[in-house]
Amino acid sequence: MPGIYIHIPFCKQACHYCDFHFSTSQKMVVPMLRAMQKEITGRLQESANEETATVYFGGGTPSLVPPDELARMLGLLRENYRVQEDAEITLEANPDDLNDVYLRRLKEIGINRLSIGIQSFREQDLALMNRVHTAGEALDCVKRAQAAGFGNITIDLIYGIPGLENADWKKNLETAFGLQVPHISSYCLTVEPRTALAHFVQTGKVKPVDEQLASQQFRILMQRMNENGFAHYEISNFAKPGFLSRHNSSYWSGEKYIGIGPSAHSFDGKKRRWNLANNAQYAAKIQSGETYWEEETLTPAQRYNEYVMISLRTSRGCDLQQIEKNFGAEKRDYLLGEAAPYLLSGDLLREENILRLSEQGKLLADRIASDLFIV
Amino acid sequence: MQHIRNFCIIAHIDHGKSTLADRLLQATKTISDRDMEDQVLDDMDLEKERGITIKSHAIQMNYEHNGKKYVFNLIDTPGHVDFSYEVSRSIASCEGALLIVDAAQGIQAQTISNLYLALGNDLEIIPVLNKIDLPSAEPEVVKDQIVDLLGCKREEIISASGKTGLGVESILEAICERIPPPKGDPAAPLQALIFDSVFNSFRGIIAYYKVINGEIHKGEKVKFFNTGHEYNADEVGILRLSLEPRDVVSTGDVGYIISGIKDAREVKVGDTITSSARPCEKGIQGFEDVKPMVFAGIYPVDTDDFEELRYSMEKLQLNDASLTWEPEASAALGFGFRCGFLGMLHMEIVQERLEREFNMTVITTVPNVSYIAHTTKGEVIHMNNPSDMPIATMLDFIEEPYIKANIITKTEFVGAVIKLCMDKRGTIVNQSYLTTDRVELVFELPLGEIVFDFYDKLKSISKGYASFDYTPIDYRQSDLVKLDILINSEQVDALSALIHRSRAHEFGKKICEKLKELIPRQQFQIAIQAAIGAKIVARENISAIRKDVTAKCYGGDISRKRKLLEKQKEGKKRMRQIGSVEVPQSAFMAVLKLD
Repeated sequence: MPGIYIHIPFCKQACHYCDFHFSTSQKMVVPMLRAMQKEITGRLQESANEETATVYFGGGTPSLVPPDELARMLGLLRENYRVQEDAEITLEANPDDLNDVYLRRLKEIGINRLSIGIQSFREQDLALMNRVHTAGEALDCVKRAQAAGFGNITIDLIYGIPGLENADWKKNLETAFGLQVPHISSYCLTVEPRTALAHFVQTGKVKPVDEQLASQQFRILMQRMNENGFAHYEISNFAKPGFLSRHNSSYWSGEKYIGIGPSAHSFDGKKRRWNLANNAQYAAKIQSGETYWEEETLTPAQRYNEYVMISLRTSRGCDLQQIEKNFGAEKRDYLLGEAAPYLLSGDLLREENILRLSEQGKLLADRIASDLFIV
Repeated sequence: MQHIRNFCIIAHIDHGKSTLADRLLQATKTISDRDMEDQVLDDMDLEKERGITIKSHAIQMNYEHNGKKYVFNLIDTPGHVDFSYEVSRSIASCEGALLIVDAAQGIQAQTISNLYLALGNDLEIIPVLNKIDLPSAEPEVVKDQIVDLLGCKREEIISASGKTGLGVESILEAICERIPPPKGDPAAPLQALIFDSVFNSFRGIIAYYKVINGEIHKGEKVKFFNTGHEYNADEVGILRLSLEPRDVVSTGDVGYIISGIKDAREVKVGDTITSSARPCEKGIQGFEDVKPMVFAGIYPVDTDDFEELRYSMEKLQLNDASLTWEPEASAALGFGFRCGFLGMLHMEIVQERLEREFNMTVITTVPNVSYIAHTTKGEVIHMNNPSDMPIATMLDFIEEPYIKANIITKTEFVGAVIKLCMDKRGTIVNQSYLTTDRVELVFELPLGEIVFDFYDKLKSISKGYASFDYTPIDYRQSDLVKLDILINSEQVDALSALIHRSRAHEFGKKICEKLKELIPRQQFQIAIQAAIGAKIVARENISAIRKDVTAKCYGGDISRKRKLLEKQKEGKKRMRQIGSVEVPQSAFMAVLKLD
């Protein structure tokens, strides 16, 4: 049951922390959508006639795209990819784009889940990150979306922002809970190389992310989510029962997905492929029929590594029986050997055949995964 | 014998020795233009890349002048101070030398010390002013320098260009006319001076020599005078572009011998080959067992590769007799070898050859010189490793090796050079002006002070206009202490260094700071300390890592993140465990790159 990801590579303006692929010039939106439609029809054989359970419009800023164009895209998918009646169809949206008319149209064309990039309810945080919207718009848009009939809403919140104290963070979380949304994704601000933020930190204009505060805020996050009935089902994702992101969960359970648009990634179970991360080149190559992607076939060791890395980030954990079944008993023993120090330190917990990160282990998920790798 | 001319070339690195040598080979038709590969004489890859000759070689040429047929033997010499003994034996095999001086750069320290060596051996010097076609050439100024130095006549200096071929004929004529033929008694017992040897994987060791007296015959039994070993001369011959076998190599000529020797250590440069049937009474003067000057530990990056490293070292030693080693164990690095090198360049070459020729990645520890410890009981201990140092209560005093350093630089850099040498605990013993703007400075310096970064610093403070050469002089008593490094209270033996007490504080501070940069943060705080005995002289802390988790891990992030974490794990596999702290291999060489 493949998921389909549609990457909309345009934004009104660049957030200072963002290293995703997008352009701030919107002249090319329509020609780009045509190129992506050509990609959609061109990759039909990859779906192997399986049904499609999820469609996800990500970006960039998908809410920049006129509803008619989104409808056209969805129509094309429905015609060709056996999209299930009750498929989860998510659109990432910026608060300032979500006016009543737009919301109504989204509802009409079949979008049934919204991912709203709120990030913070504090003006100074939004300014520091160069977000388009205001704190007020953030609150209002969620209420408007709910009024328009969207029950399945997720919001993004960022912590570890320079200047965000623990008390501020708690307040942000309370505001979020007050909105009664069933899903929250929460990320620590990451200074990615070659972003405006990285430059500001380098030049001293912005203080670097305070690691101690960031880790405290992560703990606050976990605690408050738990108290409010959200399950911590992935490092950065929290959901009320029944509201886990089906699309994103497919990434974390090793399922197939097809990614459409510049820089979009696809996975067919063994092979990862990624499209050119340049709007003009992508569109030109699609038009001329040239190869517009690169790909890599995963070795068993790489598949093992990915499984370990991803599964440990989820509440389902890393299943030793799965490891044994897919990679052999020897790899299972290897994994346990490498895990021993972390089991001892309490960063990893073992329950029967499942390895999970403890609360403290979640703070060190990357280095723990790396240590369990085969290289 | 009257028509044999044996000569070498004295030149500073980059002054065009190899190019000019190639021109001589071409002009004498020793090599056809078509076969000409640039810089034929340097046949190791490493030599070509570094543009220097590491091992000396020899080649024979024929030349006709005024109706007479001459045989030339060009004996190539290594151009680095680490190999000065080999240079001295090459020079001892010649009757003449071409002194090549770059017309733009003038005379350098290396050139002068080799020139003195040549003059000491009564060699006839033919001065050649090279690269005169360069726009920056200052032929008249440099000619003044040469006249000053040699006391020769101005018109004796040959202007040449290796690039254009200018002056090559004049050089060939000068070789015939000015260099005397070898002396020697063909009827006397055989005495042949070994000036070099190479390893050939099919034929074993090939030794190069000059026949001083008598002659050497194919098939005869020969004896190496200083080692006492006897061999059968399976093959003798002369050195053209390839080896050319002969039945006999006569007095004054240069040749090779193959006698089934497998180990380079049996063939010592400077040794005398004589006939077993009719041996000479005395060996040729000047034989020395070359002693390593610099010592360092070499360890396999992967501790499982110890045996493979041993095998590689054995192979390497087959053609590098000056490399010495013995197994040692380090708590931090496991099993490895304490190696002795002729100098820092030699150490780098060995390390690079291990990597290139044997595919061995190694950790090299802080290099040190050989110290002499005197105990209260009157014992004398040679310390090639700081860990050999006797405990404080047993130690009477320590001596360290000193060198005499010759530095030639421009007047404007004299102050900076003197300051550098003073900082390195040197004393100035002489200062003389070679020309109005070139000064020769002579210092006495502890050898231990120049093994780290002296040469790099010298080059940088003089903007490259300083040349440097040294000879060991003696051992002197010094106030040396052993500086230990502790990581979370565990002493790291591989990081210990012997250092003068006056510098221990600063050195300890710098090394702690450097290690703080190089050791990645871990889940707990790490203390890095420098100590003399029980006294801590410097400390740095590496704070614990609190958070190491990627926020987003969706479709496109997965392979990128996986690759990053795979690289991280690979790096970690190469790290060494000190207590519970993971230390990257770069940390063990940290001291080499302080400040």
